[in-house]
Amino acid sequence: MTISADHTAQQPATVEAPRIPAEDTPPAENAAGEAVRKFGITVEDYMLPARHPIQIVGPDGALNAHTEQGAQPGHEYSLPGDAELMAAYEQLVVGRRVNDQNSALVRQGRMAVYPSSHGQEACQVAAALCLSDGDWMFPTYRDSVAVMARGVDPVQTMTLFRGDWHGGYDPAKHKVGIQCTPLTTQLLHAVGVAHAAKLRGEDTVVLAMCGDGATSEGDFHEALNFAAVFHLPVVFFVQNNQYAISVPLAHKAVGYGMAGERVDGNDIVALLAVLGRAVKLAREGSGPLLVEAHTYRMQAHTNADDATRYRQDSEVAEWVAKDPLTRMNTYLTDRGLLDDDGAARIAEKAETVATQLREGLGEEVPVDPQELFQYVFATPTPQLKEQSALLADELARDTASATTSEEASR
Amino acid sequence: MSPTITTSSEANGNVSAATARAAARAAGATAQNTAKTGPQSITLAKALNTALADAMHADESVLVFGEDVGMLGGVFRITDGLTRTFGTTRCFDTPLAESGIVGMAVGMAMNGMRPVIEMQFDAFAYPAFEQIVSHVAKMHNRTKGTVKLPIVIRVPYAGDIGGVEHHCDSSEAYYAHTAGLKVFTPATVADGYRMLREAIDSDDPVMFMEPKKLYWSKDQVDLDALRAEHAANTENGTSSEGRAAVARPGTDATLIAYGPSVPTALAAAAAAAEEGRSLEVIDVRSIVPFDDETVCASVRKTGRAVVIAEAHGFASVASEIVARVQERCFHHLAAPIRRVTGFDVPYPAPKLEHYYLPGVDRILDAVDDLQWED
Repeated sequence: MTISADHTAQQPATVEAPRIPAEDTPPAENAAGEAVRKFGITVEDYMLPARHPIQIVGPDGALNAHTEQGAQPGHEYSLPGDAELMAAYEQLVVGRRVNDQNSALVRQGRMAVYPSSHGQEACQVAAALCLSDGDWMFPTYRDSVAVMARGVDPVQTMTLFRGDWHGGYDPAKHKVGIQCTPLTTQLLHAVGVAHAAKLRGEDTVVLAMCGDGATSEGDFHEALNFAAVFHLPVVFFVQNNQYAISVPLAHKAVGYGMAGERVDGNDIVALLAVLGRAVKLAREGSGPLLVEAHTYRMQAHTNADDATRYRQDSEVAEWVAKDPLTRMNTYLTDRGLLDDDGAARIAEKAETVATQLREGLGEEVPVDPQELFQYVFATPTPQLKEQSALLADELARDTASATTSEEASR
Repeated sequence: MSPTITTSSEANGNVSAATARAAARAAGATAQNTAKTGPQSITLAKALNTALADAMHADESVLVFGEDVGMLGGVFRITDGLTRTFGTTRCFDTPLAESGIVGMAVGMAMNGMRPVIEMQFDAFAYPAFEQIVSHVAKMHNRTKGTVKLPIVIRVPYAGDIGGVEHHCDSSEAYYAHTAGLKVFTPATVADGYRMLREAIDSDDPVMFMEPKKLYWSKDQVDLDALRAEHAANTENGTSSEGRAAVARPGTDATLIAYGPSVPTALAAAAAAAEEGRSLEVIDVRSIVPFDDETVCASVRKTGRAVVIAEAHGFASVASEIVARVQERCFHHLAAPIRRVTGFDVPYPAPKLEHYYLPGVDRILDAVDDLQWED
């Protein structure tokens, strides 16, 4: 055991001294105390987000002067490396292409539904890139691009939306939770994964994703509370895409004794820096952190939604100017990191993924009705075996009668 | 039981060496405490407590958590001594948030643990309903079996303890109706041990419904024999999971009961015997999966049946049992199957609960009504 799970209860004598002294002081105060020593700032300055959201590259693609990046003492960020930025840009372009390809596939009736993250791709990509191999991510239904950026096969990722099963990838293999539809419920699963890892002394960090609307759900608050009480390495990543509430969320973190930060959710440079620092701090034993990214859902909730009923075109236009892709394209081009050849290569990569999706989702996937019964339990019940036999018999009779009528018509 | 730590479970992972050492020492201590062999008079609470301790000794991935389950030992003392024995990493208190407890258990199970969690009272579990129905029950199916959730959710349930509102609900039908959950409910001290071990061993999530009025009921039980039985079942792949039991053999009619209603059914059968009527009592034990075979064999033999349950009768487990038996045993039945259940009213206040609860007289009236004159 490295860190005490329950600071109030008696420690067995054999347990090694915890890395964070925890006998009498609540862990949050310890974490804050450590931060105070580490960063040389007050507890309040550590816990509260910087006064302004962190933005490193502005909407025009120019690097902000250091003093205008929003950082304060104790909240300092360094610029990610060139290779990291190029990799992130490539994922951004792929992510945008995936969003738009999938929306087209929905219109063509080849996918049942697709909640697009068009406009939020910087958050999606940074969420995946800030994690190490052993870390876990818990995404929502709108986070398909993040799931893919984490390395899950595109067609497997979209299985949920194609409609032949409720999930298409193995969460344990990829360390990516299922894309969760009930709001915020996945944050508690993230807390549990982090708790189990901590009890085993592993240095896993878990990124728990949700949107602004989800922060009103009870499970959001229970997850933050549990993570803080058990001092777990969870980074809560809220994409505030403006559609549920508008109060600054990151300030809620302090109420749970955790540090919060706000970041421009359309600036992938800032996102990589802020999430990267949060993950690092969590891994070092800071306890949970909360990062709020300000972004914008450029398209309707899903194809079933009509966004023109509740928002003005002018508002959307404002956010077009803040687009995460154009901003990064300008920045990298001006830096001399991206040229026409590079851009063409990345576009080709994105097109390959789009083709993979068109072909994969265009394919008629045979469904097996017996799978209805196969996975309900690890050990099936006699009742399900009966029902499975009943369906098999129905289908056998259907086939037989089809054969008979075919023969009769001959 | 040989109190050694095994690391057989693939889910086990590498629980830290310190925890393992603490558990090993504790195991030695427990072995001394329970050195006495042969039948002893113990309570259901003690049997459940022993099952938890034995399961924690056997598998380091078994964790116990919930509200006040740590140093207090739970409000019913079912987790008594576990924190002392296994340390705060393996048995610990959580914040008072049931959805949080269940949701965290889901994540822990996804990451190699076998959580055994306590909902302090039946009605206190309702805030966790979304996690239970939308995730605990569905994760295995949704992921085509790649994610197993070996979680046991212990629910002290039902009434007859003079409890206040929200402390006496019979909530089993909600869970039984949800595909993907197994629902067990022991009625005897020995089954308390036996079924809790089986629930913890199960790779499926189990709602473990503990009749709280029976926590203090005693029986002569040989814990070592139960341990040996569990070990043998584990080795041979045999177990009593999903099986009903004949609690009292009889020939004239079958009383079908579960959990808190089993002792009531047995009392009714004893009273009927004095009047010259031989009633067989079936203890359902496992609501999901349901043992049609044992229940129907009894009804085919006797030709008459009464189903007894504390829960409201409308759209209930009792209704389901009547329907199943009727579909399978119609030609063996001499009379329609009767139900004796709680009334369709909110669980009453303590001074009124005896009017609500299915009692011996109400059961015997139903038995009298089974068209004996034909």
